[in-house]
Amino acid sequence: MKSVCFYFQVHQPYRVKRYRLFDVGNDAEYFNDRSESDLNNRRIVEKVARKSYVPTTSLLLKLLREHPELRVSFSFSGTALEQLERYAPEALQLFKDVVDTGQVEVLGETYYHSLAFFYSLPEFERQVAKHRDAVRRIFGVWPRVFRNTELSYRNDVGHWAERAGYAGVIAEGWDPILGWRSPNHVYRPKGAERIALLLKNYRLSDDVAFRFSSKNWSEWPLTAEKYGKWIEATDGDTINLFMDYETFGEHQWEDTGIFNFLEQLPREILKIPDIAFKTPSEVIAHYDQKDEVDMPTIVTWADTDRDLTAWVGNPMQRAAIESLYSLEDNIIARNDHKLLEDWRRMQTSDHFYYMCTKWFADGDVHAYFSPYESPYDAYIAYMNALSDLQLRVGTSKAFPAAR
Amino acid sequence: MFGWEFPPFNSGGLGVACLGLTRSLAQTGAEIIFVMPKRLDIGAPWAKLVFADGVILEPFDSALSAYATGASYDSAGGEGIYGQDLFSEVARYARYGGELARKEQFDVIYAHEWLSFGAGMKAKEISGKPLIVHVHATEFDRTGGQGVNQAVYDIERAGLHAADRIIAVSEYTKNIIVNTYDISPEKVSVVYNGIDDTTAPKHREDLSRLRALKRTGQKLVLFLGRITLQKGPDYFLRAAKRVLEYDKDVFFIVSGSGDMERDMMVFAGQLGIAHRVFFTGFLHGRDRDEIYAAADLFVMPSVSEPFGIAALEAMRMGKPALISKQSGVAEVVNNALKVDFWDVEKMAEGIISILKSPALRYSLGEHGKREAHRITWDDAALKVSGIVQDLLVSSR
Repeated sequence: MKSVCFYFQVHQPYRVKRYRLFDVGNDAEYFNDRSESDLNNRRIVEKVARKSYVPTTSLLLKLLREHPELRVSFSFSGTALEQLERYAPEALQLFKDVVDTGQVEVLGETYYHSLAFFYSLPEFERQVAKHRDAVRRIFGVWPRVFRNTELSYRNDVGHWAERAGYAGVIAEGWDPILGWRSPNHVYRPKGAERIALLLKNYRLSDDVAFRFSSKNWSEWPLTAEKYGKWIEATDGDTINLFMDYETFGEHQWEDTGIFNFLEQLPREILKIPDIAFKTPSEVIAHYDQKDEVDMPTIVTWADTDRDLTAWVGNPMQRAAIESLYSLEDNIIARNDHKLLEDWRRMQTSDHFYYMCTKWFADGDVHAYFSPYESPYDAYIAYMNALSDLQLRVGTSKAFPAAR
Repeated sequence: MFGWEFPPFNSGGLGVACLGLTRSLAQTGAEIIFVMPKRLDIGAPWAKLVFADGVILEPFDSALSAYATGASYDSAGGEGIYGQDLFSEVARYARYGGELARKEQFDVIYAHEWLSFGAGMKAKEISGKPLIVHVHATEFDRTGGQGVNQAVYDIERAGLHAADRIIAVSEYTKNIIVNTYDISPEKVSVVYNGIDDTTAPKHREDLSRLRALKRTGQKLVLFLGRITLQKGPDYFLRAAKRVLEYDKDVFFIVSGSGDMERDMMVFAGQLGIAHRVFFTGFLHGRDRDEIYAAADLFVMPSVSEPFGIAALEAMRMGKPALISKQSGVAEVVNNALKVDFWDVEKMAEGIISILKSPALRYSLGEHGKREAHRITWDDAALKVSGIVQDLLVSSR
């Protein structure tokens, strides 16, 4: 029997406002933009809830009821859950409703959607614990499968997840690493004993997430029927379709037909003989591990490089993230809730992504998804806020008075 | 082609643009007669000057200079064989355009900027050949929108309406042409300026005069352009004051000349930062290269900048650039900081951020350099050449 395994990522960062140099020392609020810009977190969360979370989850709830055999999984960042609670409670209620069907699994991740694993293991573990507690409080379930931010994975992420008691861990199914292996089986991280490794089928996933509305694509328009045929033609045990949840309604707008596609998809897939929907935990329990997979260097689900260069590839990004983590000991020692919270919100990977110059430098500005005018403006706002944070922590005494 | 000035006889970006474009156009196979008003010294070897294959330089003895205003012409120019005032000299240039049109063979007439529009129109009238006008700046840019000279505006307007095609150096300038001169947008094509080895400043190893200063840890922030309302030198000085409140070890260099030079020296004194601001006057050649090379960053705070080649020059040398959004160059470069010219606080923030962050300095410098190398006169000439071909076909 072949399975289809869905995992949707739900994440919203706390975007840093246009924090000005001259605000340093005078303004300890970094995330409270109230303008009409895309730095206004409330505005963005309300918009994404309206365009994506609410309509998609309503549809999903209907589909789960119509098809008792349908299974999906979600990973929610803590920063997304907090903002949904505050700005879009109706969307959060819908997420609770789908989890309550019992057909939905919730995965574990870092509360702050951070890259802490690669910078501070203790901080990483504190964030995973905080996330687990939030998931238990809101959804009443306990995450059994782990996914790291941006699907960033290395052998030691797998080893850590095994020690922490997870049944499985999720990564990108990137051919140069897999070699002859197909992503459509269950594997084991090299050096691990029992934990399972699930790999994203990026071709089929990206057909929906990235190419769905692209009129230059030879397969456009993509119908559920056609997509079902592709799944039928795909060999293996499990076809792992992992994507951002905002694909539905936000990245691909309603007028592209994405909701019709989603609505018809379960029916088309169920036409395939001997097929099932499974959650990651069900996949892990059902299939044998085919082989071990060695990923000694970091692999992510980003762009064509599939590494961390979109987040920490340039000197600005490295200066920013290294300055941030260098504050850890002092922040922890201060035991000040607001200070700790601000420091953690600044760890969210999106901040560093906004500073990425890869596309900007090559003139491909349209590939630069960011609420800032440029990576340089993103860096300046972030570093100004960080200067203020340093001042509050007391690691920077010599900063000149602003006024 | 009716022009203006050519390096080294130039006082700004216009001459640089004429040189870069003409040279690249000649390489596309075009033969160009470049007519340039210049006060001739008897015995100067003009006829022997060859700028590029296919370019014949045709000097026109005149006291006209680029960026002339009525007042500056009166104080510097009109005597002897020259016209009594700027406008009679422009009229004399126009008549010369007509004379030239009778004796020379050509397919297209091309006029740069308003002083040569009269010559272009006259040549068109005599020869019946199509006219292209290339707008590098309008009267609205030069005056910052205040005190527009009606006579200049009228000449610009007449030239724009008489032209068969108009080339603007940016969308920014195209908008002004369409909205302020009542021109149909279809008639206006945007061709951005470029930069290449022939016009770019060169890297110099020895910074003999500035090295000692830099060695003491002082940082240099450069303004390079004419000191006129259009270029926003006053905003530069206001930002300088704000920067110095944060960091005392910064020098500000104002390189250029213009009608606000004296006012700006006084203004620096009023702001209490005169000891931190150098006025270098207009620099040519090696001096200019040296000042670019010594700068830690380049600031172009223009109030209204049709293009802004100086920003490309700085970027090409790997200097981080901070440019006003009210500029054409801001449409083509991504790897520069961009601010509204009036946003002195943000300008100061950008300057301080670049000075204090090696990572930002490096990223802007490296990416800006790569980007500036991709913006070439060859590309600009190719577009102009296409427009010329188009016009020849449609006017046949």
